[in-house]
Amino acid sequence: MTSLVKNMIRFVLLILIQVFVLDRIHLHHMVTPYLYFLFILWLPFKMQRGWVMLLAFLIGITLDSFRHQPGFHAAACVMLAYFRPFLINILIPQEGSETNYDEPSFASIGGLLPYLIYAGFLSFLHNAWLFLLEAWQFGNIWYFLVKTVLSTIISLVLILITELIFVRKQKYKTNTI
Amino acid sequence: MRNIFLFIRRYLNFLLFVILQVICITLIVQYSKFHQSIFGGIANQVTGNINSRYDNVEYYFNLKKTNDSLVKANEQLYNKLAHNFNVPDTNLRQRVDSVMLDSMEAFRQFTYLSAKVVSNSVNNQSNFLVLSGPNVAKMRIGMGVVDFGNAAVGVVTDVSENYAVVMTLLHKDSKVNGKILKTGETGTITWDGKYPNLLTLNDIPKSTKMAKGDTIITSGFSTFFPKGLMLGRVEEVYQEKSSNNVKVAIRTAADFYNLEFGYAIDNVKQIGIRKILEKAKAASN
Repeated sequence: MTSLVKNMIRFVLLILIQVFVLDRIHLHHMVTPYLYFLFILWLPFKMQRGWVMLLAFLIGITLDSFRHQPGFHAAACVMLAYFRPFLINILIPQEGSETNYDEPSFASIGGLLPYLIYAGFLSFLHNAWLFLLEAWQFGNIWYFLVKTVLSTIISLVLILITELIFVRKQKYKTNTI
Repeated sequence: MRNIFLFIRRYLNFLLFVILQVICITLIVQYSKFHQSIFGGIANQVTGNINSRYDNVEYYFNLKKTNDSLVKANEQLYNKLAHNFNVPDTNLRQRVDSVMLDSMEAFRQFTYLSAKVVSNSVNNQSNFLVLSGPNVAKMRIGMGVVDFGNAAVGVVTDVSENYAVVMTLLHKDSKVNGKILKTGETGTITWDGKYPNLLTLNDIPKSTKMAKGDTIITSGFSTFFPKGLMLGRVEEVYQEKSSNNVKVAIRTAADFYNLEFGYAIDNVKQIGIRKILEKAKAASN
């Protein structure tokens, strides 16, 4: 299966799961479980930053059209996509690991902790920007912070569960061809 | 010139980031509650289609609950039938009316259009319903929507060929006029974005006597809802130190978690009222 087909299937599945499963879970009025941005976290290393941002915009606007208010999730996803390469550069273990693996995962980023930092920071960024845009009028900073942190924790748990259930087998590529 | 191109190439990603963010924020700001855009039309058709497929499956599991609610609604209607009431005084005089215009005959001002709810949300900052069904074709932007118990739910904001989008009371831009049934004070009902099923009634003077459980109804001032529809019950009264008013927390009458059917209320006279209002506004300018 090529990377293109794989990512297209992921896009559709993640949007459907987000809209029809996660959006219907009323965990607490404060927390919204978000998982769909895992699509952006899993995009290949070698994809150009511009394309990552455009794809992020696309998946965000798709979710927005289900929520009948365009802009919110698209903005949050673009923010996430813009900061993704910085985090990869910081966290990747040694020179050339991104050429040995296709996508970010436990193995390619270098263990559980760096991967958790990668996913956690990016989902915090996504949730913070999203809730900031949504709550422009009611500026209660503590409510906003608690909501963001709780939602990020739930997102992280969901990402971990997804990683454990759907193990992505990744080939280790060497450049000795 | 060459430097400009170099600059653009150097900061291409950052520029793209800024452009996309600006597009998003423009969309957020521009897409106000009564703004029907091309995007809305096309997206409604696509997402509405997917939603109604999903709803077909989900509807089956809610049949029992829906049935119970319909029985309850039917009971209410049976109780309103004319043969339940007796005329208290049989000694009425008959009088020939010399006026040709029959002022006793009621004219219709509101019609109810039933529709199926195919998607619903409660845990966002801005919550919407999507209605579908044959009656959707008759719906217009600005109609009020009630649930089976005739309790206010929201206002239609977007209509496409087969689907109508309803902004529920659980929306940060939602503003509905409410009235305390007992005392008659009116105020604006908004949502603070925190608890679904809890709304806020603003602009009520401190002198108003209220108790927990008092009924709040629609005032009939706006053209969305007829007068006297159930909105909710008083939950708590908050004193505001800085102003002369109190804030009242209201428990909604409609259960936003379980909405299977909605009725859009067509105000037949709405267009007339709008025209008069616009004329008055134009005159005052």
